[in-house]
Amino acid sequence: MSGIAKAFNGIPVLHGVDFELKRGEVHALVGGNGAGKSTLMKILEGIYSADSGTIEVDGKPVQIKSPEDARQHGIAMIFQEFSLVPTLSVAQNIFLAREPRAVGGLLDDKEAERRTRDLFSQLGVKVDPRTPMANLSTGYWQLTEIAKALSINARVLIMDEPTSSLTATETETLFALMDRLQSQGISLIYISHRMEEIFRVADRVTVLRDGRVVITERVPDLTMERMIEQIVGQKMEQAFAWKERSVDRSGIPILEVTDLVSGRRVRDVSFSLYPGEILGIAGLMGSGRTELARALFGIDRISSGTVEVNGRPIDIHSPDDALAAGICLVPEDRRLQGLVLDHSVRDNLLLPLLGRIQQGGLIDDKRGTKLVRSFVKSLRVKTDSIFKRVRLLSGGNQQKVVIAKWLAYEPDILIMDEPTAGIDIGAKTEILDVIRRLADSGKGIIVISSELTELLAVSDRVVVLRNGVSKRELMRQEIQTEEMLHHVVQTA
Amino acid sequence: MSSKPPNVESDTQAAAGTQPPITSTDPNGEAARPSMGGSVPAVGLRERVGGVDWRQYVVYIGFVLLFIFFSVFLNSSGFLDPNNLLNIVRQTAIISVMAVAMTFVIGAAEIDLSVGSVAGLASVTTAMAIGSFGVPVGIVVGLLTGLVVGLVNGLLVTRVGIPSFLVTLGMLGIANGVAQWITATAPVPILNDLYNNIFGSGNLGPIPSLLIWTTVLVVVGQVVLRKTPYGRQVLATGGNESAARFSGVKTLRIKLMVLTFSSVVAAMAGMLYAGRLHSGRFQWGQGDELSVIAAVILGGTSLFGGNASVIGSLLGSLMIGLINNGLILMGLESSQQQIVRGVIIILAVALARKRPGS
Repeated sequence: MSGIAKAFNGIPVLHGVDFELKRGEVHALVGGNGAGKSTLMKILEGIYSADSGTIEVDGKPVQIKSPEDARQHGIAMIFQEFSLVPTLSVAQNIFLAREPRAVGGLLDDKEAERRTRDLFSQLGVKVDPRTPMANLSTGYWQLTEIAKALSINARVLIMDEPTSSLTATETETLFALMDRLQSQGISLIYISHRMEEIFRVADRVTVLRDGRVVITERVPDLTMERMIEQIVGQKMEQAFAWKERSVDRSGIPILEVTDLVSGRRVRDVSFSLYPGEILGIAGLMGSGRTELARALFGIDRISSGTVEVNGRPIDIHSPDDALAAGICLVPEDRRLQGLVLDHSVRDNLLLPLLGRIQQGGLIDDKRGTKLVRSFVKSLRVKTDSIFKRVRLLSGGNQQKVVIAKWLAYEPDILIMDEPTAGIDIGAKTEILDVIRRLADSGKGIIVISSELTELLAVSDRVVVLRNGVSKRELMRQEIQTEEMLHHVVQTA
Repeated sequence: MSSKPPNVESDTQAAAGTQPPITSTDPNGEAARPSMGGSVPAVGLRERVGGVDWRQYVVYIGFVLLFIFFSVFLNSSGFLDPNNLLNIVRQTAIISVMAVAMTFVIGAAEIDLSVGSVAGLASVTTAMAIGSFGVPVGIVVGLLTGLVVGLVNGLLVTRVGIPSFLVTLGMLGIANGVAQWITATAPVPILNDLYNNIFGSGNLGPIPSLLIWTTVLVVVGQVVLRKTPYGRQVLATGGNESAARFSGVKTLRIKLMVLTFSSVVAAMAGMLYAGRLHSGRFQWGQGDELSVIAAVILGGTSLFGGNASVIGSLLGSLMIGLINNGLILMGLESSQQQIVRGVIIILAVALARKRPGS
């Protein structure tokens, strides 16, 4: 791929990116959120088309206008959210819509099963082709995705954070498999935030930053420090600068979590949060960040450990319990969990407050509308009406509605999971300001984010999670550079 | 944000076109707010009308057009005769009553297929209890019938996790079977005139009691849906169950309640059948679930939940009655009536459908 450029709504996302992949190579693609990795890959897959630039396969220029074109040229994506049908068998999934036919146009299941067995033996894995997908673990789903790609003779596989949902053993299986594919002359593009994996499996690495290639180098010639430096780049705009705040940690913590265990992902987490403090939670994808938030808000079951609010132990079995204790959550996915998209700004904002604005069992609409207007104003939600459906708002403004909803609830503790994901820089800055203002008013704030720049801009203290365990705790003052935090997150 | 950076979302999803163009840079957005301080009601109204498209009003438009059509072409057949109009209301009243509760069920993205059978069962239990213990006990027994069935439906859906479609499909058979069994399929007469008059046969002055029942339920339903926390939470649960849960709404309890109320109201409908026909019988209400659901969907309630209108459901129910009546007056055979009715319903829903992506 050379000179690839792409802009969305006039905003350039990729500026003349060159990317080269050799036969039988594992080429890692890294970069922060919004660096342009996914856009570049979507161009290669034919989901987007580039504004300019060329793509060559085996030295011949090709046009990739659709995923079908990409497949024709042997390029296949291993999807993060798997594109498999749980109720169909492994073989049926692999040959979905391309089923081998017997005489008379009937399906030839035997042939599909035979070919599936061949594919898996090529991968060095034993799976009964007749097993329904639903009976298999995530690891096998991924293997099936890979087998499906091989079944169309893919020579280039794109893997986006393939290990984030895998267990340690499954990851090892995947790495062994990647070796095997490599030796068969298949090339892999490996997108990951996990440095140690990149150092283990990749031959070369390309770092993208702000839509440009910063370096492409052989992995043995790089150190982790240098790579992190390249990812982070020059210091960010003033907007993301840290404003030092003073927090009094002499009293009783507003929230104290001890040895918390929930599900598979939260295995042993302890931390405390003081009034007026902003606590950042960092960790790689799959480290249990989101699951910790879900557990504290009563969505997922807490299996052991204690949670104390203002020194009093509390039981959290449902969001209702969390809300009663003054804990609110701005969830990870605003469209799925934060908002009823087809309802108005007003109805969304009032949803948790209905009990408070009623009078004699009826909703006091005047009071509700007044409340909504004041929050829409103070958070500068841009909407031409509070009766507008939130679906029609921009991402940043949608997120402000979610935040406003909880501000209006007046919690003591606000947990925010990826509060600025997918929103523009202006809104981002505003949301970071809101977070600071809230903390200044004495509330305890937990910010979970995969964007370390942002975490460093607001946090007074950072807890680093790794594999569901709170491994390190750093005062903001101890963290000199983003590189340093990166390093801790990678190696904690 | 005083410098006003271009607030275009850089998020690739939006850029790919999965989200409509951003409106936040719309100058009206800035201009509209300051003016709101002055005359809030007026602006509020304009805002509402501005944000809503005509498709939501298809049932109202369709109702008026049909009414005009029949008035013009069937005037000579007595369509506009007050007795004929009252007849339409009387014939649709029981469907309207059930449609009110069904509006909540569908608004919460659930379904209740058992309402017709529950009405039949309640007509039977009420009639039997009146025969043995008098009217007050009869009324209580009728309502209890609905309560029990509704709780069973609701608990199976919320505790066991069976989809409401299947639970209520099963209950449709069970309730009907029980009604046949305890009566040996025979009608159970109700000889109490007071009961019969209050529940469906009598009039209050010129107004049929059925009309009063319908009005009361529609008004209560409309207020509960629009003005109470419960109503809002029902719609939030139907609109996005996950978001509702993350907002502290007890979504399982909401589902339990809509299904319970649906059965209780269906039982009331059964009691109205009993009063109107002076007897309880398993056949009363049989097949009504389809008319009820059609009325609700015709009324603009989304089959996928989240949006609902009680008034719309009433109009939907009246419109079905209007069509039936008009077609009879036109002299169509029952077979032809069914075809025309089916076509009109599909047409109305198709017109009200949002285009994908809009």
